[in-house]
Amino acid sequence: MNPEQFQPRRRLFFRMLAGTGAVLVAGCDKLSRTEWFPKFLSNTEILTRKAQRVVLPRKSMAQEFEEKDRSPEFRSNGTAMPDNPQYKALAASGFTGYRLEVGGLVEKPAGYSLDELRALPSRTQITRHDCVEGWSAIAKWKGVPLTALLEAAKPTAAARYVVFHCADPMESDGTSPYYESIDMDDAYHPQTILAYELNDKALPVVNGAPVRLRVERQLGYKHAKYVMRIELVDTFEKIAGGKGGYWEDQGYEWYAGI
Amino acid sequence: MRVEVGSNPGEFMEQASSTKDGAKDYLYYRHKLPVRVMHWINVVALTILLMSGLNIFSAHPALYWGKSSYTGRAPILQIESTTDANDRMTGVTRIFGHEFVTTGVLGASRGLNGELMNRAFPSWLTIPDGRWLSMARQWHLFFAWIFVINGLAYVAYSIVSRHLSRDLAPTGADLRSIRQSIVDHLHFRHPSGEVSKRYNVLQKFAYLIVIFVLLPLVILMGLAMSPGFDSLWPGWVDIFGGRQSARTIHFIVAWLLVAFVLIHVFEVIITGVWNNLRSMITGRYRVDAEVGK
Repeated sequence: MNPEQFQPRRRLFFRMLAGTGAVLVAGCDKLSRTEWFPKFLSNTEILTRKAQRVVLPRKSMAQEFEEKDRSPEFRSNGTAMPDNPQYKALAASGFTGYRLEVGGLVEKPAGYSLDELRALPSRTQITRHDCVEGWSAIAKWKGVPLTALLEAAKPTAAARYVVFHCADPMESDGTSPYYESIDMDDAYHPQTILAYELNDKALPVVNGAPVRLRVERQLGYKHAKYVMRIELVDTFEKIAGGKGGYWEDQGYEWYAGI
Repeated sequence: MRVEVGSNPGEFMEQASSTKDGAKDYLYYRHKLPVRVMHWINVVALTILLMSGLNIFSAHPALYWGKSSYTGRAPILQIESTTDANDRMTGVTRIFGHEFVTTGVLGASRGLNGELMNRAFPSWLTIPDGRWLSMARQWHLFFAWIFVINGLAYVAYSIVSRHLSRDLAPTGADLRSIRQSIVDHLHFRHPSGEVSKRYNVLQKFAYLIVIFVLLPLVILMGLAMSPGFDSLWPGWVDIFGGRQSARTIHFIVAWLLVAFVLIHVFEVIITGVWNNLRSMITGRYRVDAEVGK
């Protein structure tokens, strides 16, 4: 075969390549906007969660770090000051009127003031916060293990998830409060704490004062800030968008272990 | 059915020229069906992984070395856009403290409407085209599964079918011909005839490095970013410098794979694009009895 014959065929190859590329990009964008395709893709989440549950021991521990590994400043992400009058009043009073409610599918609903939470046995851990966006920051957290609150409240046999209702509205009109949920495996995990201290100081408002969740084997958006109420449920389908969390309702995975 | 001929291309050329007149072209069954199927699944999966990965990267377009992003040290790579008083957007890329204006490609690039947008990578290179982290993650994690399952199937098949030992493992003669093979590649000289049925030594090394080094590394570094997998053996990620280093390695290896694909496609083109394409579709490769092109 001589080069003269070859050229147009090569050009055809490049045209095919470019054409395939254009079809691919346009096709993927179209598919992303259908109802069925993202739903189909989201089967991966179940596969990933099951695979991680098979590979990881139930109580596998997230890495803990040394003091020197801490980030100079733990950045604030998402809400920095909840646009909620009741919250603002609480913050102005130094959270003296704060009361963390524990209810839902429990035998003994309870409420805790910040001092009462501080009086309970605590856990301190230096862990890495991994945001879904890609960045990480390392900080020291001190708080009450969620296990302590659950053991006091005695969840009923029907309870399958722990839902965290937060003070920060995600819409500018003051609606869609942030919320999150985890399953009982993560709820009773020793590193799952309600943190009231960050780097040896009272948790700042920008980082979720007075209390935020730490659920160390999952991505940052699971770590709900400004937690006001804990509810045990058998399903989260009836809460807000029904996907188990504010970001989950926007299309993010409920299981954020990857 | 392998015909043993001199593995040294120079040696072969002499042989071929002596039989030039009587020899005929013929089709040789080069790639078995499983290899062809897995090759094309890999093409689709890797393309989507790259493009959705670039979209995910755009959610925080900076790379760091270490356990966290906030160590007091500057990022090693950062892509951003700046807007001046006249509302003019400039794309800026910073590598190891050196700043480059990359408007049009990195930091700020034009969308379909022709307007400059604040995007780490241009929208034609990402899936989905716009900033849409949750959807990009869905694409990425779905095709990551396809890619891993396909890759494991390929390795298992290659061992069992002896594709690995027969076609990919370099022979002693291969190793002795490395110098000649480098010279041949630099001159874009490629064998025809019987020798063209087999992979040359550089090709074998390229495939082996991709299959057994780069692809496992890119998967491992992907898993290193998972807070779940990190708890498997707390601290294992530090072997690679920490989670943010793992993210950086993931990014670099992805581009090394792109470099491999560019060279691979280049070689496919210069050694007979349609013949190569046919052999990866139907399995049949035309063995040219003629010397040269």
